[in-house]
Amino acid sequence: MDKEFNVLGKRRFSFIMTLLIMIFFYLPIAMLIALSFNSARQGVIWTGFTLKWYSVLFRDDEIWRAFLNTVIIALTSSTVATAIGVLSAIGIYWHNFRLKRYFQALIYTPLIVPDILMGVSMLMFFVSLRIQLGLFTIFIAHVTFSISYVILIVIARLEDFDYSIIEAAQDLGASWYQIFFKIIIPMIKPAIIASFLLSITLSIDDFVITFFVAGPGSTTLPLQIYSMIKFGVSPEINALSTLLIGATFIISIFGLRFRKLIFS
Amino acid sequence: MAEISIELRNVTKIFDGDFVAVNNVNLSIEKGEFFSLLGPSGCGKTTILRMISGLEEPTKGEVILNGRVINDLPPNKREVNTVFQNYALFPHLTVFENIAFSLRIKRKSEAEIKKKVMDMIDLMRLNGHENKKPSQLSGGQKQRVAIARALVNEPSVLLLDEPLAALDAKLRQHMLIELDNIHDEVGITFIYVTHDQSEALSISDHLAVMNEGKIIQVGTPVQVYESPANLFVANFIGETNFIQGIVEKVEGNYILLKTEKLGEIWCYRDFEVKIGEKINVSIRPEKLKITIEKPSEEVLKNSFVNVFKGIVSERIYLGTHSNYIVSIDQGYQMKVYRQHIRYLLDENIIDWNDEVYVWWFADDSYLIKD
Ligand SMILES: Nc1ncnc2c1ncn2[C@@H]1O[C@H](COP(=O)(O)OP(=O)(O)OP(=O)(O)O)[C@@H](O)[C@H]1O
Ligand SMILES: [Mg+2]
Repeated sequence: MDKEFNVLGKRRFSFIMTLLIMIFFYLPIAMLIALSFNSARQGVIWTGFTLKWYSVLFRDDEIWRAFLNTVIIALTSSTVATAIGVLSAIGIYWHNFRLKRYFQALIYTPLIVPDILMGVSMLMFFVSLRIQLGLFTIFIAHVTFSISYVILIVIARLEDFDYSIIEAAQDLGASWYQIFFKIIIPMIKPAIIASFLLSITLSIDDFVITFFVAGPGSTTLPLQIYSMIKFGVSPEINALSTLLIGATFIISIFGLRFRKLIFS
Repeated sequence: MAEISIELRNVTKIFDGDFVAVNNVNLSIEKGEFFSLLGPSGCGKTTILRMISGLEEPTKGEVILNGRVINDLPPNKREVNTVFQNYALFPHLTVFENIAFSLRIKRKSEAEIKKKVMDMIDLMRLNGHENKKPSQLSGGQKQRVAIARALVNEPSVLLLDEPLAALDAKLRQHMLIELDNIHDEVGITFIYVTHDQSEALSISDHLAVMNEGKIIQVGTPVQVYESPANLFVANFIGETNFIQGIVEKVEGNYILLKTEKLGEIWCYRDFEVKIGEKINVSIRPEKLKITIEKPSEEVLKNSFVNVFKGIVSERIYLGTHSNYIVSIDQGYQMKVYRQHIRYLLDENIIDWNDEVYVWWFADDSYLIKD
């Protein structure tokens, strides 16, 4: 009797905790999404369902340009970051050099260094080299921080495999080229896809670093939202944010599927 | 004179500039034989295999395959394939594709690949598992895939690095017999690494006993077991009682050895010795007799018999036989094995603390140089 109550109590406790966490995480987002469909221009009172804010959004040239910039940066930076990151991960993991440990630490520092420092240092770097701020500098910045994540994910995958697999392939007659394409790449494919998707979401979401290295005419969606919000919260912002959340959510769902593959 | 398959000439491997893992090894292995490398952990067995397969470069010396020095040949160009200690199967490929790997590298036709792989699957009795991934196989099946993958490439030498180490005792026995059958069937040279002496003894044509990077003795299993080259081999290949003494008397084929532990004992003269020479004798525990009664008059008539009295200080019952440690009067602890042929019938059961006779004929021991 007592025991049963205990089990029930435990269950209820974990249910309530889960619920609280869900509310804590998702209530603000849920509100934002709801308000983007609210016909009232101001306030949180529901006055009726509408899609007009979305149509306003779609007719706004500036937003379209920001959207295009975001997509271009996201696709190019994640492709390049994935390619470089995968090669570096393989090199770091399987190549024995004396400073490997320090090098590994250096690779991970971008994950620890506050974004604002990254942003400022990159800005100084570009300015001192007299590189015109714009899409190109955003691209470089996004590649830089994405690479660390790619390396992290790919090395985690490589850790599951023994180097003797590579030796076995060699022993069975494969050249380095064949080993790379027939063994290593297929083996880490889930990690490659996962890190590519993660890089895309990181790139779409990044505000702080992008803010520092963006130039005139290279506004991305987060920067656009920020500049719009200076004039007060508007339903257009809610609509735009909702779309952004939707996009990242869909990509993360894909990523999750591959995360499962990585850890299985 | 049989053809030589693999030869190592003065091969040395030094790691990190000063660690000698393999020390001036000379070996020649005949075509088609089952050759074992036997030695304790860390003695350099894997390193020797890796130098043959090309995964490691000798610091000094030559590796010769079918009469040709192959030191400079990369592993993917050598007609040698390896069954790795941890199998090293490709996790993303099915059993079929794992086995087909080397054939695909060689760009064989689809029909040929299918035929050869299916032949291997039959030979290894892996039917029905073709489409499984390695993670879905049992240890013994992985083992067989690893062997199939190496054999399908038709190497002239197959290297096996402790392939049975990860299996349980029963399966190991079973796989050992299978391995022997496969060897008979394919007829290529097998080089088998193990630290299990019973595996090496039961399956090899020849074996090399190694220690600390050196080859101590090469021979047939019988030679190595019955005539160990030194104390290390005698101890490593099975158990032995090892006694040191000074030659007191030579009588034809026999010598009288004066020992500190057992007093005077008669030994067979396995090689020339001089009076006063310091020498060792190895007496295998299974060659000793242990009885409650005094040995019969007939036995005692033989002038080259050694009889000692003692007390059983330890007994381990192992079903087929028992291992005893007998405390001989002079204080020496002697290992003795006794077969149980009529246990619980009319066999006199000898147990802990029993007073016993331990005896053996001079011919049963083997002399080892100091
Ligand atoms: N790459 C390496 N760098 C440095 N030392 C090494 C290297 N490979 C092996 N060794 C050393 O060489 C010695 C022999 O190693 P090896 O792997 O050949 O032993 P083994 O006889 O196969 O042992 P085991 O039965 O445990 O597998 C060991 O002391 C090992 O530490
Ligand atoms: Mg080894």
